[in-house]
Amino acid sequence: MVIAVIAFVVLRAAVVPHSFGEYGHYRGDAIAEAAARPVVHAGHDVCEACHTDVFDQKKLGKHVVIACETCHGAQLKHADDPATIKPAKLDTTILCARCHEANSAKPKTFPQVVSADHSGGLACDTCHQPHRPKIEDTAETKSKPATEAKK
Amino acid sequence: MDITRRRLLVLLPAAAVAWKFVQAGTPEAAPNYKMTEHWWAMLIDIPKCIGCGSCVRACSQENDVPEGYFRTWIERYHVADWKIERPEVESPDGGKQGFPPNEISGGKNFFVPKLCNHCEDSPCTQVCPVGATFVTPDGVVLVDLGCRYCVQACPYGCRFINPKTNTAEKCSLCYHRITKGLTTACCEVCPTGARQLADLKNPKDPIHEFLKTHTVQVLKPHMATGAKVFYNGMDGSVR
Repeated sequence: MVIAVIAFVVLRAAVVPHSFGEYGHYRGDAIAEAAARPVVHAGHDVCEACHTDVFDQKKLGKHVVIACETCHGAQLKHADDPATIKPAKLDTTILCARCHEANSAKPKTFPQVVSADHSGGLACDTCHQPHRPKIEDTAETKSKPATEAKK
Repeated sequence: MDITRRRLLVLLPAAAVAWKFVQAGTPEAAPNYKMTEHWWAMLIDIPKCIGCGSCVRACSQENDVPEGYFRTWIERYHVADWKIERPEVESPDGGKQGFPPNEISGGKNFFVPKLCNHCEDSPCTQVCPVGATFVTPDGVVLVDLGCRYCVQACPYGCRFINPKTNTAEKCSLCYHRITKGLTTACCEVCPTGARQLADLKNPKDPIHEFLKTHTVQVLKPHMATGAKVFYNGMDGSVR
């Protein structure tokens, strides 16, 4: 009986992870392991620390609330090594349509277009500057007199 | 047992060794992060969701989710006026590339982003026989390996078996980010603020004011799972 108890205690100590039961009926170390996984998205604060010119443009338009990685994808690798790793060039025909293509399930107040009618297949950045998309707000039209800008 | 001076001399070094062992087993989730100071949740504002799929793409990148599997996804609901109990729900590729224009007219159409509800009394953790999935002291349901029983137990269909690792996987509420003071990848990229990470233990978190002033629901409240993903503006047809 004593040998069986000792064998059980030894086997249990060998098989059950040492952190099991620390917080509950699970391996406590699993929490630290989940927290230690690498981050992939840098976050807009990191992007804005370098790309101040882009942020200044964004501040003038409605896209100021949109994080850089919403369109550009995860960029922590680029932030860590900006000289070598460059973000891919984006196709605004696909990118803008994801948000702005008309869809009856989207909120009615959200700006939507039927891109085939709106641009006839032209890329959106032919007319719109994605960081500051409202055309009336661009520097060229603002610098011109109002009558000329409307032409 | 009487503690004599001789026994104390023997016990003290033993206690010191034991304490070192206890400390070694205490994982530090992240520097300066205290699990007891947080209780994580998420707020989903359905009227703000445009179904762009940014959250699904960001989640896939952040968590290396295999193609065709989703830790978070978006559903498009169509509820005909006379079919409130039988909504038509679609989620092509989890909504990862957005949604094609909706041909159906009439009724109601809206998007519902979904993810693990990080339930306080989660069925998935209750069925696990070996403690491989659990609720952390800061309210996040995590997975440490997995045998598939929990996949069936989740009433929200939030779990899947990762074909690479052959173990259960689900949204971890980006635990590797929130413990470092960052928001989740899906909340980071949401262009309309339809997703908001919330810390219910933080009295300054705007969620408290939002919960007071809005009619907020959780999915399948009748199951009493203690779900912590709160939906604002959710139609009664959402399952």
